[in-house]
Formats: sequence, structure tokens, C-alpha cells
Amino acid sequence: MNLSKRWLLDYVDLSVSDKTFADEMTMSGSKVEGYHQEGEELKNIAVGQILSLERHPDSDHMWICMVDAGGSAPLQIVTGAQNLKTGDYVPVALDDSHIAGGRHIVKGKLRGVESNGMLCSLAELGLTVHDFPYAIEDGIFVLGDDCEKVPGMDIHKAIGLDDIVTEFEITSNRPDCLSVTGLAREAAATFDVAMKLPSPTVKCEGGEDVNNYLKVRIDSPDTCYRYDGAVVKDIKIEPSPRWLRERLRASGVRPINNIVDITNFVMLEYGQPMHAFDLRYLKGNQVIVRKAKNGEQITTLDGTEHTLTEDMMVIADAEAPVAVAGVMGGEYSGIMDDTTTIVFESACFNGFSVRSTAKKLGLRTEASSRYEKELDPEGCHISLLRALELVELLGAGKVINGTVDVFPSPKNRPVIPFDPQWVNNFIGISVSAEEQKKILEKLGFTIDEAGIHTPYYRVDIEHKADISEEIARFYGYEKIEDRALTGEAAGFLTDKQSFEKKMSESLLAMGLSEIATFSFISPKAYDKIRLPEDKRRSVVITNPLGEDTGVMRCTILPSMMDILSRNYNYRNLSASLFEIAREYIPTEPDKLPDENNKIAIGMYGAGADYYALKGIVEKLMEIAGICGYDIAAVTDDPSFHPGRTAELTLDGKRLAILGEIHPDVTENYGMKCKTYVAILDFDYMCRVKNMVRVYHALPKFPATTRDLAVVCDRATPVLTLEKAIKNAIGKTLEKVELFDVYTGEQIAADKKSVAFNIRLRSAEKTLTDEEADTAMQKAMQALSELGASLRS
Amino acid sequence: MREKLEEIKSAASRLIEEADAPAALEELRVKFLGKKGELTSILKMMGKLSAEERPAMGQLANTVRAEIEKRIDEKSAELKAKEKEIRLRAETLDITAPGKPVAIGHKHPLSIVLDEVKEIFLGMGFQIADGPEVEYDYYNFEALNIPKGHPARDTQDTFYITDNILLRTQTSPVQVRVMEQQKPPIRVIAPGRVYRSDAVDATHSPIFHQIEGLVVDKGITMSDLKGNLLALAKRLYGEQTRIRLRPHHFPFTEPSCEIDVSCFRCGGKGCPMCKGEGWIEILGAGMVHPKVLQNGGIDPDVYSGYAFGIGLERLVMFRFNIDDMRLLYDNDMRFLEQF
Repeated sequence: MNLSKRWLLDYVDLSVSDKTFADEMTMSGSKVEGYHQEGEELKNIAVGQILSLERHPDSDHMWICMVDAGGSAPLQIVTGAQNLKTGDYVPVALDDSHIAGGRHIVKGKLRGVESNGMLCSLAELGLTVHDFPYAIEDGIFVLGDDCEKVPGMDIHKAIGLDDIVTEFEITSNRPDCLSVTGLAREAAATFDVAMKLPSPTVKCEGGEDVNNYLKVRIDSPDTCYRYDGAVVKDIKIEPSPRWLRERLRASGVRPINNIVDITNFVMLEYGQPMHAFDLRYLKGNQVIVRKAKNGEQITTLDGTEHTLTEDMMVIADAEAPVAVAGVMGGEYSGIMDDTTTIVFESACFNGFSVRSTAKKLGLRTEASSRYEKELDPEGCHISLLRALELVELLGAGKVINGTVDVFPSPKNRPVIPFDPQWVNNFIGISVSAEEQKKILEKLGFTIDEAGIHTPYYRVDIEHKADISEEIARFYGYEKIEDRALTGEAAGFLTDKQSFEKKMSESLLAMGLSEIATFSFISPKAYDKIRLPEDKRRSVVITNPLGEDTGVMRCTILPSMMDILSRNYNYRNLSASLFEIAREYIPTEPDKLPDENNKIAIGMYGAGADYYALKGIVEKLMEIAGICGYDIAAVTDDPSFHPGRTAELTLDGKRLAILGEIHPDVTENYGMKCKTYVAILDFDYMCRVKNMVRVYHALPKFPATTRDLAVVCDRATPVLTLEKAIKNAIGKTLEKVELFDVYTGEQIAADKKSVAFNIRLRSAEKTLTDEEADTAMQKAMQALSELGASLRS
Repeated sequence: MREKLEEIKSAASRLIEEADAPAALEELRVKFLGKKGELTSILKMMGKLSAEERPAMGQLANTVRAEIEKRIDEKSAELKAKEKEIRLRAETLDITAPGKPVAIGHKHPLSIVLDEVKEIFLGMGFQIADGPEVEYDYYNFEALNIPKGHPARDTQDTFYITDNILLRTQTSPVQVRVMEQQKPPIRVIAPGRVYRSDAVDATHSPIFHQIEGLVVDKGITMSDLKGNLLALAKRLYGEQTRIRLRPHHFPFTEPSCEIDVSCFRCGGKGCPMCKGEGWIEILGAGMVHPKVLQNGGIDPDVYSGYAFGIGLERLVMFRFNIDDMRLLYDNDMRFLEQF
């Protein structure tokens, strides 16, 4: 909402600086985004009078003018305009001046003739013919009688281009502040000054009876609360006077003609949208407010054609729609230069209905944006009277007696208990009952024994909490004391939160960096990771930003792949990343999906290989105290390499999958290097974790270490060998550690050599060589049963 | 014999002085003091001396031996020290050459600041609550006093899954979920992802994070809200920080406010960061609307509360001077490694 200072001062006497005004209004709840002076980029432009005109000797279109611009001597200025005559008053951009668009004007020579400035057109002042209808577009702006014709006077003052415009951000609960009187009321309460708002008076010079001109019927009282109409005859369409035009201009509304301007003026003044019809085009002199018929057509004032549906509301005459109710009037029945009799409409429609219609038609207007905030029908009549008063003030026509006021659905306004003590307790202040009463009355509330009666324009007030806000903001939020937290409370992380923290810290310590990815993805991502069709069931967004963000991921893999490939494309040589985030798995229709937490780990580049990844996963399991899980090869997951992928399971349920990404998938992501990803089931890990740590006494006796190298089939898993060693040696085995796997020349082609470092220790004594030998023989025996032989 | 001893003593003295390596000293030790050494051979001749001469000569011989031993030990220590000095000098490194790189993981900037905020609130006795991101319309709007058709829905462009299920546009639905499960006193924050259909640009992202806060108890007032959030601001930006409450509107709080902190760069004098205003908006807050308390099963005539919502991305961007929100979700290693 752009507020004209000039207009505001019609209702309140304020003598504060613009900065103070902006600051104080913000602090009382009307947020100021900024303020500026109209035409502030224009500098050093003054009124000049043309004293003489003569042809430029070297040009067939230029003129040499002598201009009295208030200086001691007339100025010689060359112009190419053809619309000037001696005696005209014009805007003169003097030497070293700035015109609209930031252009700098200095004196110079035009075809050899000295020119000490420039005569300006409307456009060069940042204006249009809407602002000064008597001026022409392609010529110099010749000042009319509504300007101050004083040579040398600053142009801003001379033509009234000197208003201060304050831009407010109005919240959706305060449609009343989308009006000058609404903001004036806020200003009056903020600065504790009186508000002057005279009731409109209408003389009805047209006589007769409005009912002879107009019939109104409301067929949908649930969505049209009130329709108040009036008729004006002997209309003379002409431009509005300057005071009205400049108020509209400062408010950001283009002046059109007196009747249209009056409707806009009243809307801006009272916040009540208005419309004017040409009575000639209301068939049967009838206004019917009804639902549209499916397929009905209307061309709106902006010239676009719309096909309507039955959930929309229209204003129709006896035959067809003449306006989309609350949104925009029809072109056909609009005001034209030859209009002689008009109908003013001041109506109130259901906000939801207007909002959905405007949205469907893609037609959000000043009117619809007010209606959709649910106005009170009480505001219709005073606004209509104001419009009629303006008609008489402007001499635009003769008002017919009476109005046609159909008001089927008045609103019940709440009466709220006046409870100053409750307000004080709720906010934490102590403001006297008198003071509270004064604040409320300033805002238009009335208080009696029944309680607080809200004025019609305050549609946002329903509860005593709402009243408390009124008191608080005018008492001053800054005066509310701050009180430190009181009472007892224990803040602690839940089991799951601590576990997440532990996992995250561990991953960071292992050198992985954390990422944050979007949780929606393109459904095409499932193709890229070659996810089988039957595993793609996802939560689908019905109105996504684009296909790229169409579904909530049912697997976190594409998100990790996206980030790995992005880093690859940035030519980052390596990356080791993780994220703890959710997968979204649909459940039943109309039920929320499961949101499952996963740890995704991904890496490529130097140091990244299957075993590096496995080491991280194993360490995480160790930190989580999860042991005894099984590990098995995964050969059939299309996203992963069939020979380099494993899953960890516990009690038959998957804890994690890890492996090298299938080369077709890396290719789909445009990566030309091996990529490794693990996905861990965080929620399952959290359930089976064991974070209890118990101290084990440090060993009293020395350990004996032996190396053992065996040759076995290539296909024999190391884990099988390790388990055999553990079982064979039993308690004295402290640790078995793989330190080498060799295949090559010295070994048969289908064999491999596997070397372990074995550490033996007894808690009771120092092991003898013989005991160690026996243990190693047992191990070797077990290994040979698996087809392994000692490497010679 | 006395002359002999004196001779040995001075010869040993000289030779020890000339020795330039511990090995040479060892040789001298053998030469003079060893079993077949010069001093030993002299002492062997002691038998030939008279009984009167023997004690004095014996004493002299011992003095000479002690003297030589002492000289050798001293010289040895001297040589070792010299040798060590040489060795240490030879070990001199170019201490300006770079250290070996250590690979550590980098926490995402969103997590860095979120963890900080969590810790502040844990310290103030808050618990951390969680809620679904795919949420019922009821919790996201209806229960928060935003019925269907409410204009406030327009300002939060919503992704819908079905007519009744959507991607939450705010963390506020957790307020009602917490109230349903927990009776007052309540003191929670609920951080998490929220979704709005804003196209991606430098200051907008369709996914971002909020941190919701909710306090409900008997006798909670706006003074408590102010004190609590002032404490937060001071912990985040330092003791000198001030806050300013500006009236605002949220459907689920009444009264509502936006909260500005005094600019943490210029302290409130006005600078490019605060656009010359001296204040930076960091959160929205208010007293929980009685209808919302009711929807959460809490009697508004007995209890009152306040709620607030912080935009995490905004805090992060201010903290690290990040000018483009897209960087946070781009996850470029060169970006991540800076934190």
C-alpha cells in the first residue's frame, strides 16, 4: 500500500518528519518498507515563460526561444517541439539539471546556436498524459491553469509533484489498512492526534427514485453479503481535477476519467472496492448477483476474454454477466466517453469465493486482493455515499434519490469482554483501564457494560488476545520488560538424537564431509540409478516446481549420486561425503508416508575403494556397538556392481548396503571414475545399538604374535578363513588381522595367498611357545579343512 | 718412580686434550688405565719399593689414576656434547615448509549453526522435538488457525500431495503435535526442513530449514518471550546485543511480532549488512493463539505460551557472509571445506 502524505493529512494533523513517521508507524504495527518524494530524481527544473519564438536559421524544425525562468535575464533555449507559443508556461531544465531517467542536462550548442537548458515534455518529468490530460505526449508540457505559473518556481511545487509516498507492508489480517483512512486511524493512535473523517453528505440533485432505474437481486446470499447500488444521470465524462489525480498518482493508480477515478478514489480512501456500470448496457436495468453458468463468457475491462465456471460469482443483467464479482468489470458495460447514466456498485462478497475465482482466472486486482481478506458488508454504504458526494463535488452528474440496498447477510460482530487485568497479565504489563480504553477508542472501538464493540472495518478482532495486541502495540512493545526464563526444566537429547550426533561426529572424524540435499527429486533419477520399477513407489507432489522436483525420494541414493557427480564435474579430484537424511515411503492412501532416516556415505577419487568404504561402515557399527551382523554379497542390485557389493544384516534385516556403484549408473551421472556408496539404516541401527561401554582389565601377560600365510581357492572368502581361525583357537585368540592377499605368478591361477597376523594371549599366564604352536596347529588344521594349505 | 708417574700424568693430560673423538679417548683409557696400561705396569713395580716409600707412592699413583679418569670423563662429556650439537645442527629442518595435510571431515554450515542453536536451547532447559515433513493439512494450517481459504495460505505457496496431505510449509505444525502428546509445562524447539514452492534463486529455495520454539505454562507472558529471545540473541551474537520487537501478524500467535537484533556487524550504527537500519530481522514470534492451544488440547484459560520461528538459512548466511543460498545445497567440496 502506497500512502500519499498529502492525502493522509486530509484526515490527521501530523507534524513529524517523514523518518519519524516511518519509524513510529513500523513500531506500532504498520510496517514501512520505505518512503520517497515524488519526482525526486528531477533536479534544477523550474517554470519558465516563453517570451519569444523564432526559427533556427540552420534547421527546418527547431525553434530558438527566449524564456523567462525567473533569472535576472531571459534564457535562450533551443527546442525541437512544435506545440509552443509565446506566453506559454513550460518546465525548463536549467543548466546542470537532471530529468527523468537520470539524464543530466547542461548548456551547449544546437547546430551552432547556444541553448542554456531544455524545455521538458511530460515523459521527461516522469509523467504521462493521465497525470495532466490536457497536455500532449509528443511535445513540451504546457502548464495549465491547475499549475502555479510563476517563472523560476521549482517544478515540483508548481505542478504538485512533491508528495511524499510511504510504502507499507500490510499483513493479510488488516484489509482496513489497505486504505488511507485505515492508515490515518493507525497514525492518529500512534501519534495521539485527532482523526477528522466527516460523514459524506449527498444532495441528490437528480431527484426521482432510484428504484425506477435499477433492480437488484442476490441469488447467492452465502457469497454476496450485500449489494448497494446508486444511479447518477446527466453524466459528463471528463478528467478529474488535479487534487484527485495527484492523490491517485501518489497511490500508484492511473487517473482515467472522473467516474472511474471516483471509484478508485473511494476504494483507496475506505478500502471498499467500487464499480461503475453504464446503465445503457444493463439489460432490463437489472443487476443479478449469481453463480456463473459453466461456459459463460465475459470480456473484462483489460480486454481479455474469460470462460467462466459455475463456482465463480458474476454480476449479471437480465441476460448475461456484466462483471466478475469482486474481481473486474466487463468491457461491454464499462464507462465510456459518451456514457450518460451510471450505476455505482458498492458490494461485499465472500473472500474465499473471490480469491479462488481471481486465482483461476489469473486476474488478481486491487479489488480482489481486498475482498479476499473478507471485508465487512457494513462498509458498503458509507463508501457509496462518499462516491456520490464526490460526483456532486466534481459536478460529474446528477445523483438520483436513494440507493438500492440489498443486504441479506449482515455479519455478527463479536462483543469482547473488556478485561484490562487479563490483558496486563497476558502481556506482562500494567496499563490502567482508562489508558486501555483510550487506546481502543482511538482505534474506533466502543466500550460499554456489555464489553468491547469492534468497528466494522476491524475484521481481525475476535478474541481478547486480539485486544491485548492492540493495547500492547500502542503501549509500545519496547516498553514490555524482558523477564528471564523461570521455572525448572531439563533439556537433554533423546536417545535417537544423541545417536545421530554420535554417528555424525564419527563420520566427520573419519574425514567425511557433511552435505545437505533436496529431499525431492526427479522421477527420472530412478532411471539413472536403474531402480527396478516395483521399487519406485514414491510420494508424488501434485504441483511441483518442475519435473526435476516431482517426487519425494524413496531412496537417498540419487541425492548422493547427484552431489558426487556435481563435485566430479567441478573437477574436484576426490570427495568423501555423508548425509543423515530421510527417505519417504508411501503407506496407505490418505495416510502419511513413513519417513525413514538413512546414513548415506559416498566417495570417489584417491583413497576411495570398496575396502575404504567397508572400513568406515565397520567402524560405525563398532562405534554403535553393533556386532554379530552377517555380511553377504549382493549380486542383483542394479544400482551396484554385482561383484563388489555387500549387505550387512542382523537378525535377517538389512543394516546396510555398501559397494561400488554399477558402471552403467556412474555413466548415467557422467562420471568416469569408480564411485562408492553405502546406505545405512539409521533407525534400525538406533534400535539395535549398544552404547554401553564396560572397562576390560588391561592384559597382565605378554601376547605372542604369529604370522600365518595360506594358499586357498580364490573364491574362498577371507571372512570364512577368519571365522575358522577364531573357532579353532578359541579363547586365547586375541586378534586375527588380515595383512596381505596375493595372487600372481608364484601362485596357481585359481588360488590366492592370504596372510594373517595372529595375536594370542592368556589372561592367566604367559603362553609358552609350545602352547602357541599348538594353537597355530589347530588353526592350520581348521584352514586345511577349507582346502587351504600352508604357503611354502 | 715418582718421575715416571708425573710423566704419565702429563703425557695423559696432553693426549686427552688432543683427543678429538670418543673412540680415541677409549684408546687412551686402555693405554693408561687398562690392565696392560702404563699406570698398571708402573704399579706392578711397586713391589720393588721400600715399605716406607710404598704408601706415599701408592697414594700418588691413585691420585694420578683418579686425575686421568676425571680428565677422560670430562673430555668425553665435552666431545659428546660437541658431537650432539653437530648432529642436531645437521638435523635442522626447513620449518617453513608446509605441514602434512590432515584429512578431517567438514560439518555442513547449516549443521554448524543448528547445533549451536540447539545447544543454547538445551542449556535453557528446552527439549528437541521432531515432526513429519509430509504433513496433514490439519496440522500445517487448520490447527494453526489458518482454515481453508484463509489469505495467509497464499503467502505460503504449498506443495500438495493430496487434498489433505502436503509438504509442511513451516515447522509450526510440530507445536500442535507436541501439545497433543505433552502436557504443560512445555519447553521445546523443533528444527527441521520446510517446503514452499519458491523458485530457486540467491535468497529463495523450495526447501529450507526453520527452528520452531514453543513454551507453554501457567502465567507465561510476552515478557517471558522477550527475555527468552533476548537471551538467545546474546548467546548468538554477544552480550552487547539488543533486540527489538515489531508488531506483525501470524494467524497462530496473538499478539505477534517480528524480532530484529541490533546489527552484529556495526552494533546498530548502520552499515551495508543491515542496509543502514542498524537492525536485522531474524525471527517471528508471538503469544500462542488461544485457538491453537485449544486445538492442542490445552485450556487457554489456565495456560498461556509463546512460540517463535527462526529461519536457519538466514542465520547461516549472516554468520558466514554467504551471499547465495544455492551454495548451501550445491555441496561443492571447495565450499564445504571452508567450514
